[in-house]
Amino acid sequence: MAIGLHESEFKNPVIRWVDARLPVFTMMQKEYGTFPTPRNFNYFWNFGGLALVNLVIMIATGIFLAMNYTAHVNFAFDSVERIMRDVNYGWLLRYVHANGASMFFIVIYIHIWRALYYGSYKAPRELLFMLGVVIFLLMMATAFLGYVLPWGQMSFWGATVITNLFSAIPLVGESIVTWLWGGFSVDNPTLNRFYSLHYLLPFVTFGVVFLHIAALHITGSNNPLGIDPKGPQDTLPFHPYYTAKDSVGLIVYFIVFAALVFFAPNLLGHPDNYTPANPLVTPPHIVPEWYFLPFYAILRAVPDKLGGVILMGGSIMILFILPWLDTSPIRSMRFRPLARIALLVWLVSFFVLMYCGAKPPEEPWVLIARLATLYYFAYFLVILPALGAKERGLPLPASISMPVLRGGGPLPAGAMAKPMEKA
Amino acid sequence: MAPLRSRLRAALLAGGLLLVGGAPALAAGEALHPPDTKFSFDGLFGTFDRASAQRGFQVYKEVCSNCHSMRQHSYRNLRELGLSDAEVRAIAATVQVNDGPNDEGQMFERPGRPSDRFRSPFTNEKAARAANNGALPPDLSVIVKAREGGADYIHALLTGYSDPPEGVELMDGMNYNKYFAGRQIAMAPPLAGEGQVEFKDGTTATVEQMSRDVTTFLAWAAEPELESRKQMGVRIILFLTILGGLTYAVKRKIWSDVH
Repeated sequence: MAIGLHESEFKNPVIRWVDARLPVFTMMQKEYGTFPTPRNFNYFWNFGGLALVNLVIMIATGIFLAMNYTAHVNFAFDSVERIMRDVNYGWLLRYVHANGASMFFIVIYIHIWRALYYGSYKAPRELLFMLGVVIFLLMMATAFLGYVLPWGQMSFWGATVITNLFSAIPLVGESIVTWLWGGFSVDNPTLNRFYSLHYLLPFVTFGVVFLHIAALHITGSNNPLGIDPKGPQDTLPFHPYYTAKDSVGLIVYFIVFAALVFFAPNLLGHPDNYTPANPLVTPPHIVPEWYFLPFYAILRAVPDKLGGVILMGGSIMILFILPWLDTSPIRSMRFRPLARIALLVWLVSFFVLMYCGAKPPEEPWVLIARLATLYYFAYFLVILPALGAKERGLPLPASISMPVLRGGGPLPAGAMAKPMEKA
Repeated sequence: MAPLRSRLRAALLAGGLLLVGGAPALAAGEALHPPDTKFSFDGLFGTFDRASAQRGFQVYKEVCSNCHSMRQHSYRNLRELGLSDAEVRAIAATVQVNDGPNDEGQMFERPGRPSDRFRSPFTNEKAARAANNGALPPDLSVIVKAREGGADYIHALLTGYSDPPEGVELMDGMNYNKYFAGRQIAMAPPLAGEGQVEFKDGTTATVEQMSRDVTTFLAWAAEPELESRKQMGVRIILFLTILGGLTYAVKRKIWSDVH
């Protein structure tokens, strides 16, 4: 072995030759082959991998859609209809892409929920979690930009409403909006830049996903018990155990995805977006896509425009400081009886906000949205810090392997019987 | 998935009724919810009733197309409804299409060809509004996808005209239709009854029949891929279900030494 070459363990001469010069095979083997993974993952741990698959599907379908799409206010709507009618399997590409956005948010929301419930945001995974929030923000921006491209009524009016939010910024707000639009209203320059950015951001997302996974492979994964693996008896090699388990989740994901694409492709869309954009006709109710509804509800819950924008932004930005708001040393909510209930109520408030966001801004929806917004923030700013100091957690199991392996040694006096029944 | 959609809709409606305390007094201007109509293209295995869609095209051609365009469609698309090549050519040739410029630089009129788009009744939006009391007849290419309630709504709207109930004042030139938002619609009742259209296959052209047929035609026009989409979906989900079973068995086998 010449100096400077990596000492490869692969037998195949071609792989060995490449691996000695660029040890990608050794790296893959280390990170996805033998990578020690906690043995007690439940199916919630599927969703990170699913999100990556979803991102790849979005980029793949998006590239082919872009070959047939025309980013011009006079032709965009018709070019999308041409994709639906005259491009071979164009309808499939477009429905996979449009419903893929919804699937992406379903997957990511479950992935974030997993992090919140099992305390995956806590030390040492704070940066890993923050990178995840960056990905979430990029995803939201990309989804919003993409929804504008078909240039239907909701595209146009959604773009108008959302870009106008920036006008709430004091002094420079109006100038910022003009700058974003590239003119004095949402028009062709807006569509062109949105298209450009919609193509750019997924690749930026891909870069941050790489960092997210790199950070994950430094700290290792959290697990449903939220305790650290104490040795090889607590872990399994990623392959074949988790490649097999993830495959099961992947198929279920594909079945849900296929049911949407083939049997209800427009269920999650808005009928108004099949009417070409008309700047002179405002739709009676302008609603964003379902995945933005909770945040839209928060925006409208505040009577003041700037306040609403700040709160809406804050509802996501608050996740960046979540690792420091939650001071409890216990990660998994399984061992935090009070915080667990508070978090489940928070989940309810999230869905209530989603429901209110789809309703016209009238009573009782405004009042309900305000109460839900209040709880949404109170959970992070009041309940978690208070419980971190006050709550007495349930005793943690001694190790991961003990509750998993039946008869794996004597139990430390009543330490784990109760919580594990739930698991 | 029409059944799922209608069930969702029913649930939402029921919830809404509960919230207003089951009060039957809907506001005068509020549109009625279109009733669930059974169509040939509903459900997992739905297909378009070709005869109905062909009759529907006839209704569109003889009635709707006087005001409504279908810009996304070409005459050639009608072959998918089972019309022969000669029939499509004959239909296309009945319209005059503005073409050019020719070698002399002049625009000219020529008979339509199968590759031409459906001819629009008006040259532009202004002309359409001027001829329709200020209202714009929407393009019907994707109308079934562009309205809440889809085909059910179109059918309900076309058959939902009546005299206004007592005490309801209609604006000038408006018509009463309980399924339209605001219950006042600029479109005059388009389907008058027997004799308006003469179907070649002898079907009696009642308002209900014409409405069903033209709705089927418009549903096809909005989603010409529906049949291949649903067929592909059934196959893919069957395949995934079997693959999922196998994958789960493999997973169980691999994990058997851990549990």
